[in-house]
Amino acid sequence: MIRLENLSKIYKMGDNKVVALNNISLSINKGEFVAIMGPSGSGKSTLMNIIGCLDVATEGKYYLDGRDITSYNQNQLAEVRNKKFGFVFQGFNLLPKLTALENVELPLIYAGVGAKKRREEAIRTLEMMGLKERIHHRPSELSGGQQQRVAIARALVNHPSVILADEPTGNLDSKSGMEIMQIFKELHSRGNTIILITHDINVARYARRLITIRDGQIVSDEEVEMQ
Amino acid sequence: MKFTQAIKMAFSSILSNKMRSFLTMLGVIIGVTAVITLIALGQGSTQRVSSQIESLGTNLIIINITGGRNRSVTQEDLERIKSMPGVSEIAPVLSGGVTVKAGNKNTNTSLEATTPGYQEVRNTHVQLGRFLLQNDLDMRFRVAVIGVDVADELFGRRDVVGEKISINGVEFSIVGILEEKGSSIAGSDDNRVIIPLTTGQRLLRNTEVRTFYLSTQSPDVVNQVVAEIQRFLTRKFNDENSFRVFNQTQLLSTINEATTTLTMMLSGIAGISLLVGGIGIMNIMLVSVTERTREIGIRKAIGAKRRDILIQFLIESAVLSGLGGVLGIMLGFVGVSFLSRILNIPAAISAEVVLLATGFSVGVGVIFGLYPASKAASLNPIDALRYE
Ligand SMILES: Nc1ncnc2c1ncn2[C@@H]1O[C@H](COP(=O)(O)OP(=O)(O)OP(=O)(O)O)[C@@H](O)[C@H]1O
Ligand SMILES: [Mg+2]
Repeated sequence: MIRLENLSKIYKMGDNKVVALNNISLSINKGEFVAIMGPSGSGKSTLMNIIGCLDVATEGKYYLDGRDITSYNQNQLAEVRNKKFGFVFQGFNLLPKLTALENVELPLIYAGVGAKKRREEAIRTLEMMGLKERIHHRPSELSGGQQQRVAIARALVNHPSVILADEPTGNLDSKSGMEIMQIFKELHSRGNTIILITHDINVARYARRLITIRDGQIVSDEEVEMQ
Repeated sequence: MKFTQAIKMAFSSILSNKMRSFLTMLGVIIGVTAVITLIALGQGSTQRVSSQIESLGTNLIIINITGGRNRSVTQEDLERIKSMPGVSEIAPVLSGGVTVKAGNKNTNTSLEATTPGYQEVRNTHVQLGRFLLQNDLDMRFRVAVIGVDVADELFGRRDVVGEKISINGVEFSIVGILEEKGSSIAGSDDNRVIIPLTTGQRLLRNTEVRTFYLSTQSPDVVNQVVAEIQRFLTRKFNDENSFRVFNQTQLLSTINEATTTLTMMLSGIAGISLLVGGIGIMNIMLVSVTERTREIGIRKAIGAKRRDILIQFLIESAVLSGLGGVLGIMLGFVGVSFLSRILNIPAAISAEVVLLATGFSVGVGVIFGLYPASKAASLNPIDALRYE
């Protein structure tokens, strides 16, 4: 479903160049649960942002569902983000002035879903995350784990093909972190495709495939044995 | 994204920071209030002046002889003028200031000595008694038709037909009371006394009539008659500077022009404050875009298109400014009713002005929101998400 061919990302800062991704080739199929690890600054987030169409590569090809999206314009990329990807960030990235429900409704608003359907879908997804009692709370009234579950609900609500999570447990204590990982495991068992960045090998163990990156290059790509 | 959704979003964003929103709107509020108030007062006073002038009759022509002693108009000339096509009536008028007395009360007033034609020409009618008759002139009767102010002043009542007054020491009997006209730019029309021309010539010791009021059969022929009279008098006096012929329409358009110019100028100044209000909105919107960079990044990450963000911010500034406009209109209503009372100007806010002000303030919001909104819309999602 996702195929990267000789992908590079180079940041130019004045005279020096930073090679964030160096000639990466990678394929991820539907239903996979992939963890990406690597030292800080190795290019994990850069890779994920390109996969999620938030950013574009400097060189190489990106095929999504067989289509070359390297040449897509900003509007087409926005639509791809809306339809195909759900993002979960380390810092939750919820809109602070909106309630949990309104936050989860946002992707559906941009997808043009009607108000009634939107609300039903958002409530259903929040209930799935065990937040039935919290739908009218604002992010500041929720714990970190709850906020991240709202963020996951927002990522899921539009039924995306892929869920992208950049250190989703990074801001959480280990107990809430494990709860979140349990959710990802559950989602995977229901057939969702998940790509996850982490620094924590215990988190990475939830995945089935572990990719390690160093200096913008893939240094290992292996299956993870079942726990 | 749907439009109603965008409006809802704009309102909740504006309401989430009420104080700042209000301060941002203040410029537009003040601007709209000023525009509305000035236009309403301007229109009100223009209307009053024109209706006063119109009440004098739009088919009125005034001839003033301004030249020296030998420039006089004879009875024969009057007949000539009266027989011109389109001319309906002509009334020579001799006027002056006089002191009128009744019992132990006296008052200063203006006196007009004229002919019965005056009634038609100046659209002046009696409410009680009768106007001057040809017989009064022929016999040089000492009769007077007086305005209500004079009656009030001297008698304290208005049914004074038959009473005696003395004008400059000469006794007159009152034969009629004029209809009330109200005051005009030229002073009160109700404070005057009208007597027969012949009687007046003797009273004022002046036989030379220099003012003639003339009415035409319809307002349409006024210009043509004015030209005809000008031609006639130029030929007679051999000098076009020794007389002036003018009509109400000219006066009306001159005054209208003047008040319109004044209104426009004042509204222009008020409009500038609206512009300043717009700049204030742009400023705050720019700040808001910077503050909400992260929000914009999040929205883009979950699928907001360039257009969605652009519309969100445009609507926000349009709603902000439009709301300021609505508040300004309401404040304008208060201001107009207050000012029209203390300045004694009849002023009303017309529906067009309200629509115009609303449209204008929303327009200001859109125009000045355009730059901040397009700045927000063109943010790169990654950079926006990283923004702290
Ligand atoms: N906008 C940018 N401009 C310049 N250099 C950048 C930019 N974004 C990332 N980089 C560089 O690209 C490299 C990869 O960054 P990236 O954020 O992908 O690392 P990471 O693996 O996610 O690190 P971490 O684990 O700390 O999140 C780093 O060296 C970083 O300095
Ligand atoms: Mg990172």
